[in-house]
Amino acid sequence: MKRHLVSTADLTRDDALLILDTAEELAQLSGRAVKKLPTLRGRTVVNLFFEDSTRTKTSFEVAEKRLSADVINFSAKGSSVSKGESLKDTALTLQAMGADAVVIRHHASGAPARLAQSDWLHGSVINAGDGTHEHPTQALLDAFTMRRHLNAGPGKDLAGRRVTIVGDVLHSRVARSNVHLLTTLGAEVTFVAPPTLLPIGIQNWPCEVSYDLDAVLPKTDALMMLRVQRERMNAAFFPTEREYSRRYGMNGIRMAQLPEHAIVMHPGPMVRGMEITAEVADSPRCTAVEQVANGVSIRMAVLYLLLGGATLADSPRTESVETAQ
Amino acid sequence: MTTHREPTPRPPHQVLDGTDITRVVTRIAHEIVERAKGAEDVVLLGIHTRGVHLARRLHARLAQITGREIPLGTLDITMYRDDLRLKPARALEHTEIPPGGIDGKLVILVDDVLFSGRTIRAALDALNDIGRPRAVQLAVLVDRGHRELPIRADYVGKNLPTSLREAVQVRLSDSDGVDAVLVGDRDFASRSSQAMAAEPSAPHLPE
Repeated sequence: MKRHLVSTADLTRDDALLILDTAEELAQLSGRAVKKLPTLRGRTVVNLFFEDSTRTKTSFEVAEKRLSADVINFSAKGSSVSKGESLKDTALTLQAMGADAVVIRHHASGAPARLAQSDWLHGSVINAGDGTHEHPTQALLDAFTMRRHLNAGPGKDLAGRRVTIVGDVLHSRVARSNVHLLTTLGAEVTFVAPPTLLPIGIQNWPCEVSYDLDAVLPKTDALMMLRVQRERMNAAFFPTEREYSRRYGMNGIRMAQLPEHAIVMHPGPMVRGMEITAEVADSPRCTAVEQVANGVSIRMAVLYLLLGGATLADSPRTESVETAQ
Repeated sequence: MTTHREPTPRPPHQVLDGTDITRVVTRIAHEIVERAKGAEDVVLLGIHTRGVHLARRLHARLAQITGREIPLGTLDITMYRDDLRLKPARALEHTEIPPGGIDGKLVILVDDVLFSGRTIRAALDALNDIGRPRAVQLAVLVDRGHRELPIRADYVGKNLPTSLREAVQVRLSDSDGVDAVLVGDRDFASRSSQAMAAEPSAPHLPE
């Protein structure tokens, strides 16, 4: 494993399986009376959120606390960032305070990568979503949820499983992170979206593209609905919302076309009536709530693997330890 | 030790063979039944990796002796180790607590080699988070001495006085294809974690 988690493209198959297997073990913890492990005692984790988030931030915070880390929440609102402080100065401040890891969400794509490559911070950088780029822990928890339903067991991957991702691929960091990770794990990914909501250069991604949801449904093991991100839409990407839901929305009739074992996933927040109807969202085949629970396990696994052991591979300190042995 | 200054390290020699190990497991099972008055409330917990195999054998033997199924589980102590920061993060093993839980039970921890005692300290910490047993006891196949904490075993297969230069290797058919306990100079057993534990620069916990 690398020292940072910025993109799922950095993860090898072994890394990804290690995270999923570790998360599977840590998931047991939620059934215990004492839901806490002493593993990260004395380590400081900063949640640096420049963009609004409830689910991801809470999920990270629960994971950090369950591993006994000291948690510092730093949100852009009400901090010196709103007074005009740069990312660099914020990072230097956090470094001076002794942060062992920074969980960062930023509206600019590439901000976590900048932080990881710089020498502003010595701790691990965990990307909690940057612009329209990546959201690696979301992809990991999606893969974890799929594996539990489609090919359960430690060490198993998603070889040959067909995953269909529907909706606003253009603005979706979840889609980007998922396509890399799912391909690494052996799954076949198909994107379904209106042409206006597909990014330029998608033909170079390791995936298929379709504009016809109904044709893809019978060949799908896991269907992932994406939210239409109105806050990032500064142009008319489709004529009306009604037309979008009719062509690309998930409803009861479409759900019946899915194979018996297929699951319907949603990274949240769901817009009911837009990309998914209440009938589908509330059906037992929809894993949206389960995905949230799995998110805590996955984030614990990532934090443990990045922070729990000795300083990791690409830091100079490990090399000296290895030569000493 | 006569081998102290020899340029070539002594090859490992066998101290227990397959039948010895079977005999030892049988004796410990009888001791448990005797001391726990029929082993009514006993829960066996094997510590990864070889403690799990030993616990399974002990479980089978106890079932023969008492005619009842004794609850059997496994315990992974990785997250509770005191040397986590000395090595890159390790993969976790499976912890399985029997459905009846451990509250009010007599928990017997099972491990292969008792050395520094740090693994057992970690296991006791782990138990603390899982429940509140009536009592905790420890069964080990080999006690090789060199304790670094005030911990002792209640059931010992064999006391094996060793020097820190030596490495104890337990091989069990479940994971190594053959049942044997070997003692050799640690240079010979670079695969053994006990060997690393004897190094001053390396972690002290036997795995």
